[in-house]
Amino acid sequence: MTGESTFGKVAGPGALPSPDGAPLISLRGVTKIYGTGDAEVRALRGIDLDINGGEFVAIMGPSGSGKSTAMNILGFLDKPTGGSYAFGGAEVDHLGRDQLALLRRNFLGFVFQGYNLLARTSALDNVELPLIYQGMARTERRRLALDALAKVGLKGREDHDPSQLSGGQQQRVAIARAIVTNPDVILADEPTGNLDTARSHEIMDLLTDLNRKDGITILMVTHEPDMADYADRLIHFLDGRIEADTIPDKAVPHAL
Amino acid sequence: MLYEAVRLALQAIMRNMFRSFLTVLGIVIGVAAVIAMVTVGQGSTDQVEADVATLGTNLLMIRPGQPSQGPGSGVGGTAASLTLKDVDAIEEQIASVAVATPSNSRSMTVIFGNINSSTTVTGTDTRFLTARDWPLSSGRSFYESELRTGSSACILGSTVRAKLFGNSDPLGVSIRLKQISCRVIGVLEAKGASSFGTDQDDIVLIPIRAFQRRIAGNQDVSMIYASIRTGISTDKAKADIERLMRERRRIGPFEEDDFNVFDMKQISSMLTGITSVLTGLLSAVAAVSLLVGGIGIMNIMLVSVTERTREIGIRLAVGATEGQVLLQFLVESIVLSLIGGLIGIVLGLGLGLLGSRLLSIPFAPNPSLVLAAFAFSALVGIVFGFFPARRAARMDPIEALRHQ
Ligand SMILES: Nc1ncnc2c1ncn2[C@@H]1O[C@H](COP(=O)(O)OP(=O)(O)O)[C@@H](O)[C@H]1O
Ligand SMILES: [Mg+2]
Repeated sequence: MTGESTFGKVAGPGALPSPDGAPLISLRGVTKIYGTGDAEVRALRGIDLDINGGEFVAIMGPSGSGKSTAMNILGFLDKPTGGSYAFGGAEVDHLGRDQLALLRRNFLGFVFQGYNLLARTSALDNVELPLIYQGMARTERRRLALDALAKVGLKGREDHDPSQLSGGQQQRVAIARAIVTNPDVILADEPTGNLDTARSHEIMDLLTDLNRKDGITILMVTHEPDMADYADRLIHFLDGRIEADTIPDKAVPHAL
Repeated sequence: MLYEAVRLALQAIMRNMFRSFLTVLGIVIGVAAVIAMVTVGQGSTDQVEADVATLGTNLLMIRPGQPSQGPGSGVGGTAASLTLKDVDAIEEQIASVAVATPSNSRSMTVIFGNINSSTTVTGTDTRFLTARDWPLSSGRSFYESELRTGSSACILGSTVRAKLFGNSDPLGVSIRLKQISCRVIGVLEAKGASSFGTDQDDIVLIPIRAFQRRIAGNQDVSMIYASIRTGISTDKAKADIERLMRERRRIGPFEEDDFNVFDMKQISSMLTGITSVLTGLLSAVAAVSLLVGGIGIMNIMLVSVTERTREIGIRLAVGATEGQVLLQFLVESIVLSLIGGLIGIVLGLGLGLLGSRLLSIPFAPNPSLVLAAFAFSALVGIVFGFFPARRAARMDPIEALRHQ
């Protein structure tokens, strides 16, 4: 567990070292190639991207355009083949597996399309999971997990395990798990992909709240323009490249 | 973190109760076998040592036959028998020997009224009681005249006395050995302990000449007991006896002995040697079983790691380090094999208790062996759990998350 102090959490969001007002996230010429020879797939063909703390970014694009690949790299789950990635102004390209794990643990929260909760494990235990790896004491862990579950509107459901919860509720548990460590960034890959429209809007409201009230930076992949409308920046992927990066006109408030 | 790992491990083991049970079976059998074997082996060693103690450690036994043969082997085929003159010579000419006495034994039926009982009849003389340090509880020993003439007087061991006479007084009563009738003149004190699996008190002593003439039909002495004077070493007395016997039996300087002198320590070490060889052999079998048990654990842990790939992906995604995942699975396999070890220890002690009851030897559980078995199961868990745990720890988080 060396490196704990290097990446130990110092304070809440926005407290990251950010020399000269550098962006929170900065990709330069990032490429990703899967396989070799005939089986070679060039998933990312050179991505330049800056994201500032506090942004709510929606990423759209056709299937296979490299959105998930980019999210995995942004989330320290995968390493780019080429280019460089700076997080909070610091290069992360040469970090090892465990150091990346510490970055995930301390600065990021993940929300997946398929929820990815531990089966046969209560909502509370699921939410406590990242805190266990932080080495937090049991009572403190419990308190933070209960707070997070309350925040996503699951008070009273703490003891339910995933099979006893609806899809929307499971995604709320996943969001609670993502925010319990008080992260700087939430990475959400098609978080509403498995949900009906009403449930999807509830989740989006929740994410919007986290962005507005807690200042958490949100990167979200979605296929649905309705969901992308919640974001204040829209990035379009095509064939492993960023095809468009726009600030949509937010003059028209979103109709519920 | 360790506490969490143990909690998770127990949870995972409980979820697959039956599979876990099958997995640890190898460990259970291995540990139980070792514990049971060593417990019974130790018990029989203790028994042998206790037996030797009741015979007396200052006792030597002289028998005809090749030295390579054990004390249990019969009279050597070609070797000349011992004689009553040998007995006297040993006692009189060797200063290190206090008493020497002949001892010819045969299993026979002893009859009184309508009761018959199989017992050991030993032809000897008065010195037997001194050599074996075996006092009488009532009556008297043989008179010189009885010994000389080989008349029919007999001394009963306490078991024979109890079998034939119950609580009534046997002194002066006549009993029959085969067609010989003999009068009971004394009763031996109970030795209590059994010796090498036989009841020492199940014995009838008669004069050696009576035995030779009326039972064996020859002048042979099949064994001589010689007790060593206090303060003299067993080895010195043995060497003295060997020198005298070689002389008396006219064995040339380059010829081998045709007789044996055993001391009790030798007998006990031979018997415990047999026990320890057996224990060692069976422990080797048990060790193989532990190895198989360990491989079983590795196998099931590998299956478990594969089954839980997605779970591992989730843990890695929320920030578990390699070490933390490794620890979780390592602890799981250690807990698993410790459970197996514990069950094995309990089972092994149970079997050891049963075995020692059946063999009527002391139950001798060995605390340090129990600890060792516990530690060894933990070691099996570490050794065989490491590879699966490392496989879990090294997983690629994305591939793990994509796993269905
Ligand atoms: N592990 C992988 N091995 C090989 N090819 C992959 C792998 N992951 C993704 N790809 C390929 O990379 C491209 C981009 O995939 P992805 O990032 O998942 O796209 P999106 O999320 O936009 O649908 C696709 O062509 C996909 O087949
Ligand atoms: Mg995708």
